[in-house]
Amino acid sequence: MKEYDLVIIGGGPAGLAAAAAARDAGVQKILILERDNELGGILNQCIHNGFGLHTFKEELTGPEYAARFIEQVKARGIDYRLNTMVLDLASDKTVTAMNREDGLFQLHPTAVLLAMGCRERPRGALNIPGSRPAGIYTAGTAQRLVNMEGYLPGRKVVILGSGDIGLIMARRMTLEGAEVQVVAELMPYSGGLKRNIVQCLDDFGIPLKLSHTVVEIRGKKRVEGVTLARVENGKPVVGTEEYYDCDTLLLSCGLIPENELSRSAGIVLNPVTNGPAVNESLETSIPGVFAAGNVLHVHDLVDYVSEEAADAGRHAAGYIHGVRNAGGKTLPVQGMDGVRYTVPSGIRPEALDPNGSMTLRFRVDGVYQDKRIAVYAGDSLLYSRKRRIMAPGEMETVQLKCQAILEHPDVDALCVKLEGV
Amino acid sequence: MYDVIIIGAGVSGCAIARELSRKKANILVVEREEDVCCGTSKANSAIVHAGYDAKHGSLMAKLNVQGSQMMPQLAKDLDIHFEVNGSLVIMMSEEDRPNLVRLYENGKANGVQGLRIIERDELRQMEPNISDDAVAALYAPTGGIICPFGLTFALAENAAKNGVQFQFDSEVTNIASIEGGWRVSTTQGDLEAKVVVNAAGVHADEIHNMITEDKMKITPRRGDYFLLDRATGGFVKHTIFQLPGKLGKGVLVAPTVHGNIIVGPTAIDVEDKDDTATTQMGLDEVREKSGIAVKNLPLRQTITSFAGLRAHEARHEFFIAEVKAGFVDCAGIESPGLSSAPAIGVMAAEIVDGILHLEDDPAFDGTRKGILDPKTLPMEERSALIQTNPAYGTVICRCETVTEGEMIDAIHRTPGARSIDGIKRRTRAGMGRCQGGFCSPKVMEILSRELGIPMAEITKSGAGSGLIVGINKDALSGGCL
Repeated sequence: MKEYDLVIIGGGPAGLAAAAAARDAGVQKILILERDNELGGILNQCIHNGFGLHTFKEELTGPEYAARFIEQVKARGIDYRLNTMVLDLASDKTVTAMNREDGLFQLHPTAVLLAMGCRERPRGALNIPGSRPAGIYTAGTAQRLVNMEGYLPGRKVVILGSGDIGLIMARRMTLEGAEVQVVAELMPYSGGLKRNIVQCLDDFGIPLKLSHTVVEIRGKKRVEGVTLARVENGKPVVGTEEYYDCDTLLLSCGLIPENELSRSAGIVLNPVTNGPAVNESLETSIPGVFAAGNVLHVHDLVDYVSEEAADAGRHAAGYIHGVRNAGGKTLPVQGMDGVRYTVPSGIRPEALDPNGSMTLRFRVDGVYQDKRIAVYAGDSLLYSRKRRIMAPGEMETVQLKCQAILEHPDVDALCVKLEGV
Repeated sequence: MYDVIIIGAGVSGCAIARELSRKKANILVVEREEDVCCGTSKANSAIVHAGYDAKHGSLMAKLNVQGSQMMPQLAKDLDIHFEVNGSLVIMMSEEDRPNLVRLYENGKANGVQGLRIIERDELRQMEPNISDDAVAALYAPTGGIICPFGLTFALAENAAKNGVQFQFDSEVTNIASIEGGWRVSTTQGDLEAKVVVNAAGVHADEIHNMITEDKMKITPRRGDYFLLDRATGGFVKHTIFQLPGKLGKGVLVAPTVHGNIIVGPTAIDVEDKDDTATTQMGLDEVREKSGIAVKNLPLRQTITSFAGLRAHEARHEFFIAEVKAGFVDCAGIESPGLSSAPAIGVMAAEIVDGILHLEDDPAFDGTRKGILDPKTLPMEERSALIQTNPAYGTVICRCETVTEGEMIDAIHRTPGARSIDGIKRRTRAGMGRCQGGFCSPKVMEILSRELGIPMAEITKSGAGSGLIVGINKDALSGGCL
């Protein structure tokens, strides 16, 4: 196999946008490695609309949104390999991969871009007691069966977790003829987008029970029912149990970045996001390894994935061309007072373009009303914006002028927090 | 008429079948579930006890020590994951020392090799994550860990290779004495055999009680477990038990041969012999007790919890004997049943041979190759394998890196995988951190294609556990579409 300057691991929305941007920034030899049998990643099973409002100013389905980027990749003549599994990423950026045609092979690119996406938290990790019958699916697995294979995994459904995929699947299962009885959410707020609660639950009369969880699963061979209970202080309240007769339990209880490869390479991970800790260039602790999309932190909208990944692609190009300033100290970026984490988690002032701007992305740790997002360098306020409502299900972004950061060369850290107005 | 019918395709039944397959005999294993290894054998601590625990002089003690001694060679012959990692019984309080010494003496009397009591400092060096309160431990260097599915499948496959037949989905409903043997009625029809071996695990009492007035009662004793992500591998290297003492019995914390950490079990007597549901109370108990002998156990990295049933008989002893002419019980096989399985096989087969006086089969081949794991091959060989069989180039299970080639192999073995769980236990597909989220639709397709059955008939674990209930919109009336 020929050698490449940039190997992108993952051909979903992040990998595609990164590839196109890197090519536009002048990188010639780019290879995308995709484990599935087509490009597009998880978008291929997201047949509902609502994608691309920010990027294309129109409402697309997942496959349509993916197609736009696949066309860009194809039009630019970027190489890709399908059905190809990356088995290992070494700290020296050696990529070991495998497929039916090429067998087992190794690549030694100048730069690597991680775009492996995320996976769903399974039942086991939730420690739900009870039996272990057929009929328990993560929402994404059910989505694949229904939307890609045309099979109905169940007829009477209870959904645990109000993540976006769970909400979308509540509507989909209803449209396909199943009866979705209830969506239970452990937290006192939903983990999904407001618009999905309205369009997928409210419009179909599906109740959302906040502060509820599954305390028992019944059925030996196939799910026969589940018991929900109200939760207070993290514990089910005795006496609040309600039994639901059902043949299916869908789980939409959170997404976890897929960082097996990052770990094997020895990349430093952020314990909050479970994704790599990155600097202003979306570069990980290994120089020349970049990350973007859900492998970095779980996004709410694919538009932001594309935007972030294009940034990462351009930074990778800068690294490959050796034009980017790679030295200097790193200023930690700290999230506090309601800010769970920030991406990036560190900024090297010397690497900033004085005339440019940079994006800080983060999520809040609860539901907040009438707060302002404030970014400080030491005591100096660099940025402030009022937000009427903020929730953990939605990602927040801040555009910072690089010049503003560079004006405070002596501070030890940048700080992002929520303040009263 | 069969020479021998063995009821139950768990680890005991399969071990007996393999031992008997050394002889010229017509042997059938009948199993109520759809596959080998569906009961107690599939859900246990996955360890090979050294043999210090079982009471000296008991059959349990004898077979445990024998089984444990046979395991290394058997693992070689049958290509099974088995590792001698040593076990430690941790003493948490000085006042419990007499119990530790008693255990040591009992083990020595049982013939366990290499036992010794080690003190705090040596213990710390061996296991840095041991609790700061640990005082001393009994160290058994011959303790081991094994893949219980791997052992059972290997025994079954090797038995089948030597002519033993298997019949699944056949629950025994009645056994009647007939001229020269027994009629065994099953949900799939009647069978006849000269000798019947009862290796029915938690159901062994029901089978036993079909033929004698001398009744037996097996109590299913549930054990709840946590299995932790492979990222926790190495947390402990030895199998860590807690010495029963003033803090109670404790739970074990052990590595698995696949690099996970297993924690458990509880011991809760239940009524229902199919009730392997975990309970909040059971899981909470494991969580609490797991922290006694070790510190900072990363339970947050749990990838699954499960429960298994031990076949407990009130005397807490194996019961292996001819109880009526031509009817052999192999009952009460609770822990250390897995460790003892090779010896149980030999003992039960000898009893059967004593009845039938079978001739040796010169064609017997006691070796078997497991499913090829391409991860174990050097890069060039792995590449060459993909060249000859491209199915080894397609990864289906990402978490455990299981290829399509391994799954096809698992399906076409005898006895082969017929369900998602059958694939899972043979190849580990779906046993990783995503627990089958990504790969199960693909595994369903592969099963459907290789077995030539429609997707709607693919099950998780046999009849009644279908994964798909229909096709999209099939329940909506035609007029609405």
